[in-house]
Amino acid sequence: MIWTYIFKRVLWMIPFLFAVSLVAFLLIQAPPGDYLTTYVAKLAETNEALDQAALDNLRQRFGLDQPLYVQYFKWVGNLLTGDFGMSFEWRQPVSDLVWGRMGLTVTLSLATLLFTWAVAFPIGVYSAVRKYSIGDYIATTIGFIGLATPNFLLALILMYVGVVHFGADVGGLFSSEYKNAPWSWGKFFDLCQHLWLPIIVLGTGSTASLIRVMRANLLDELHRPYVETARAKGLSEFWVIMKYPVRVALNPFVSTIGWVLPNLVSGAVVTAIVLSLPTAGPLMLQALLSQDMYLAGAFVLLLSSLTVIGMLISDILLVLLDPRVRYE
Amino acid sequence: MSDVIASPQSSPQSTADAQDKYAVASQAQLTWWAFKRHRLAMVGLVVIVLFYLITLFAEFVAPANPTKQNRRAVFHPPQMVHVFDRSDEGLSIRPYVYEMKRQRDPETLAISYVPSGDKIYLSFFGKGEAYKLWGLIPMERHLISTVNPRDKFFLFGADRLGRDMFSRVMYGTRISMSIGLVGVAISLVLGVTLGGISGYYGGRVDNAIQRLIEFILSLPTIPVWLALAAALPPDWPIYKQYFVITLIISLVGWTELGRVVRGRFLAMKNDDFVIAARLDGASEKRIIFRHMLPSLSSHIIASVTLAVPLMILAETGLSFLGLGLQPPAISWGVLLKEAQNILSISQAPWLFIPGAFVVVAVLAFNFLGDGMRDAADPYEH
Repeated sequence: MIWTYIFKRVLWMIPFLFAVSLVAFLLIQAPPGDYLTTYVAKLAETNEALDQAALDNLRQRFGLDQPLYVQYFKWVGNLLTGDFGMSFEWRQPVSDLVWGRMGLTVTLSLATLLFTWAVAFPIGVYSAVRKYSIGDYIATTIGFIGLATPNFLLALILMYVGVVHFGADVGGLFSSEYKNAPWSWGKFFDLCQHLWLPIIVLGTGSTASLIRVMRANLLDELHRPYVETARAKGLSEFWVIMKYPVRVALNPFVSTIGWVLPNLVSGAVVTAIVLSLPTAGPLMLQALLSQDMYLAGAFVLLLSSLTVIGMLISDILLVLLDPRVRYE
Repeated sequence: MSDVIASPQSSPQSTADAQDKYAVASQAQLTWWAFKRHRLAMVGLVVIVLFYLITLFAEFVAPANPTKQNRRAVFHPPQMVHVFDRSDEGLSIRPYVYEMKRQRDPETLAISYVPSGDKIYLSFFGKGEAYKLWGLIPMERHLISTVNPRDKFFLFGADRLGRDMFSRVMYGTRISMSIGLVGVAISLVLGVTLGGISGYYGGRVDNAIQRLIEFILSLPTIPVWLALAAALPPDWPIYKQYFVITLIISLVGWTELGRVVRGRFLAMKNDDFVIAARLDGASEKRIIFRHMLPSLSSHIIASVTLAVPLMILAETGLSFLGLGLQPPAISWGVLLKEAQNILSISQAPWLFIPGAFVVVAVLAFNFLGDGMRDAADPYEH
């Protein structure tokens, strides 16, 4: 049963991913001109010129002279074999550039998701159970401010505090001695030391909204008759709340993973640029600006796929958690 | 009137009066009463009205020309306004700021500003730099100006080119707040049309539109915006940039509204009053526009209010990255871009002030929207 559901759900992803690839391709094609126009403009700035023959030669080599749909199908066809094409700017296969950065992006997003849940769950339950207490007001206030502050502003403020009051540059994900080192335990611990700042920056917004979701859901459930019954049967207050209303209130909480993940991935782009993290964001921005289309396309495609996968996970979790959600 | 009559012995009478009052009140009145109870929403309303007044009269509120550079005021710190003036003639109410003198450290050559002890007096509605209100009406009075027109004052400090931050933030308010409104207007048209079609006709059309909405929602917004915005030629005139950026933002923003409208249409389609209208032979157009949309309007207004801050945040983020509006244009995001450099903010932390405006505006819209959502259905309480 559950397996057929998952199977169907995965099948449904195929047209979805196809549409995503089409949008990604159209997006990277949207700017007027192509990589070579930017390249020639850049050369012209340094007073170098490329003659027309060399230009045509390059254009042919990159396949830029073919009609759009041919370019698209070539690109998608290569994607299926795991070949993302060449990056014009880096003169390297895109897959060499992309995976390391995507790995860090996924690590960062998952760590933030865990942080968000770990913080939002207890606070949400607390502010629902102790509605209108001082703690509830504090949580609500912080939550509202967290929602209203753009990620990059928070990052800037934390960086400012770090530089002015602690004299430390808090940007980046690794200390300089580990930046280009191969993976080791030392590098891993170094990563953990740097990870907390982007996690806080990225997590506040979604934590704030998850607290509100949890609080509202739980408030709806707390005064239901089944809660009274459990209490009347002599269950301790802690278990009354944890065993029944929290389980019901958890549903919408889980389904939020579907939109929290795209939000995190999106937010991570801007934050990474501000904090100069070696994740997907900064490289994608650069690729977009220089019309390095295969590199930019790979990022747009992979980031979108991440969110599609996030929705898949949330749908499956929902089915597992709630017997009322049917498999159709 | 009822306040005058209401004495202790007639209190049952006055509650009955109050109930009568509720019974005959119009929908708008009921909504307003419900809204007034929400104190934070009232605060939000006041803040937003203030911000839109600034939007309308930015030229008048700003004491200086926002693009005028001043080499002698680079990173000039903000000046505190003092209200009570203690002079030889005694205490009087006369706002002033202390003049700051520029100093250069002889060894490090670093520039610093020290209060000189001289007072610069300020006046309301005084004459200052000439300007044209809305580009049409020539005026020279400003909300605040210095009594001596040769003096300068910097309420929010100055940026790296010596431009007055206060004036810049006021002009930025104009663009950022109006982008929110225009963007929401575009998403409103898209959302109501597509959501309405989806909910009213149902079936295959509904299915297609729902898949489209799901698809747009699942795209990570910022990479998509970045890609779209990167396609804009940077040498476009400001108004063109402005329009295209709003369009880009609202292309993603309409989905939420579309969902709300669709849900309501679906729920309402088989309500008695709609069926009655249909049996009376009302045309489809009349059913939708005369009967269904009015009963949705309060919900639509609430969701619109909650959508404005998202637009403001989106524009700020894009411009901050240098992909939104480009420098001669001034918006909160463009201003915050100046704060991107850790060196300049450690030297001039007042560059964060536009960020505070963003936060306050977004909070105010959220409070207002929450209050409106609660008030939208006054019969519930």
